[in-house]
Amino acid sequence: MNQLATEEGYVTADGRQIGGTLMEMKNITLRFGGVVAIKDISFDIRQGEIRAIIGPNGAGKSSMLNVISGFYVPQEGEVWFKGYRRGPMKPYEVARLGIARTFQNIALFDGMSVLDNIMTGRLNRMKAGFLSQALWWGAAEREEIANREQVEKIIDFLEIQNIRKTPVGRLPYGLKKRVELARALAAEPQLLLLDEPMAGMNVEEKEDMSRFILDVNDEFGTTIALIEHDMGVVMDLSDRVVVMDYGRKIGDGTPDEVRNNQEVIDAYLGVSHD
Amino acid sequence: MLYREAGDFKTSYRDDGQTFPIRLDRWGYYIVLAVAFGIIPFIINDYWASAVFVPFLIYAVAALGLNILTGYAGQVSLGTGGFMAVGAYAVYKLMTAFPDVSIVIHILLAGGVTAIVGMLFGLPSLRIKGFYLAVATLAAQFFLVWLFNKVPWFYNYSASGQINAPERTVLGWAVTGPATSATAKYLICLCFVVALAWVARNLTRGTLGRKWMAIRDMDIAAEIIGVNPLTAKLSAFAVSSFFIGVAGALLFAVYLGAAEVGEAFGINKSFLVLFMIIIGGLGSIFGAFAGAAFMVMLPVLLKNVLVGSLGWPTDLAAHIELMIVGALIVIFLIVEPHGLARLWALTKEKLRLWPFPH
Repeated sequence: MNQLATEEGYVTADGRQIGGTLMEMKNITLRFGGVVAIKDISFDIRQGEIRAIIGPNGAGKSSMLNVISGFYVPQEGEVWFKGYRRGPMKPYEVARLGIARTFQNIALFDGMSVLDNIMTGRLNRMKAGFLSQALWWGAAEREEIANREQVEKIIDFLEIQNIRKTPVGRLPYGLKKRVELARALAAEPQLLLLDEPMAGMNVEEKEDMSRFILDVNDEFGTTIALIEHDMGVVMDLSDRVVVMDYGRKIGDGTPDEVRNNQEVIDAYLGVSHD
Repeated sequence: MLYREAGDFKTSYRDDGQTFPIRLDRWGYYIVLAVAFGIIPFIINDYWASAVFVPFLIYAVAALGLNILTGYAGQVSLGTGGFMAVGAYAVYKLMTAFPDVSIVIHILLAGGVTAIVGMLFGLPSLRIKGFYLAVATLAAQFFLVWLFNKVPWFYNYSASGQINAPERTVLGWAVTGPATSATAKYLICLCFVVALAWVARNLTRGTLGRKWMAIRDMDIAAEIIGVNPLTAKLSAFAVSSFFIGVAGALLFAVYLGAAEVGEAFGINKSFLVLFMIIIGGLGSIFGAFAGAAFMVMLPVLLKNVLVGSLGWPTDLAAHIELMIVGALIVIFLIVEPHGLARLWALTKEKLRLWPFPH
């Protein structure tokens, strides 16, 4: 049987009901040649929660995200999503399952307008045939308009109406990050992966981004897994935190539990070797 | 002042996504179309048709095709000449094998054949990019020319190794063969150009176009959002080759009338069309037309000025002409690396403010 028994959820500190398991990583090990990037890590992501993955540089956080999004195939371990075991998949197949992500260094399409960039997020929902597209007749036009309406909702939500038609290459960094989030949201994912959504931002931009992340989770009910270095942000935003160091998992739990975990403190502050 | 976008409000997404979203542009294009269909056919003569209009229209189709592949999907190709040869030989074989079928269908089928060949030679693009892909398509260019030279079946075992277009008619008008009038040549090319430009615009503004541009701009991110690189790249090769095949078929059947593969569809053609889209502007439909116009009309213009107005000897003018064209290309690329399409866009931005700059 492939069906994974979903356990009951839990209630967060701020009173939100978290559902059963959406994604489960079981004993993941990932090697690049002789280098072990991830070593025997297991954790789960629950329906509707904000899950953070933290750790010092080189801990294997981004590798973990790449395993989830299908870029890397782990040598050992199992990836379970929505109750089914996921075999080795191409990234575009993973996208079709309902997993969207953003990148640490922005990966937008610079030559296209903001609107077109966000519309690409909905490519998987566009089914019009070639002929219909070539003649701009029937399905292609209907689909374009229907999806445009959805995209406009996201544009309103993220407050980027005024840059709709601007080529992405001309935008400042903070807005690019927001457009990338918009593109990921346009796919209406069940699981949203954010790789350092606040890297390189000033306090104000971080506040905006935090608000958007919370709103996305709250309004769309999207499950979010994020990697972030800003501890204040992580502790405030996330419901549960996985802490990694040198490819191992050294802590897992609510922000408060993790904060008081001796191993985590050692990893972050260093420990004297005497 | 002269050119305005302000006040041109859209109240539905349908309006916002139309072929020419800006009202002034729309009227401009309608006027161009009206002149192209309503006035030029009545005043065109043989010189203007064969020196300017027909080659401009045919190369515009080829440039549209290459621009879809290189400008929109980001896959460099030097095989344009070879693919045009496929279109030409396909239409020749079809014309001689099925004389009763309309030439329009033959030309479209020739495009289809080229699309299949193009997809085949596009397969390496799944593994290689940039210069390496250019070299792989260069192999296609040489292989195809060699093939059409060496296999007599393609030129129906004719003694000269040439292919000659027999006379075919559309609605009673000869469009191929020696008896074709300038008007007929012009009109059939114009119809193909308008229809294909419209298709190109539709494809590039829709789902497929976004997939191509996503692959061009960042292939890894494209894959993450759900674009299958295999289908995106191969569809770009197929559509692009279809356009180029139609251009090759028109070039042979309507314009040249007779062709020898090495001369008509050599590597020079590949570079010519590549220059057109680079000068015109990558990733722009307007750019394909601007580039084709530039590369076709500039030599004619120079020749008329040098020989006609200044009275230079023809042979000297022919050489100077090459040098001037080359120098102008370099100057253009230094002034505006993004091509004529960008220059046009900048002009429009200037015109919006003119004559009150603030």
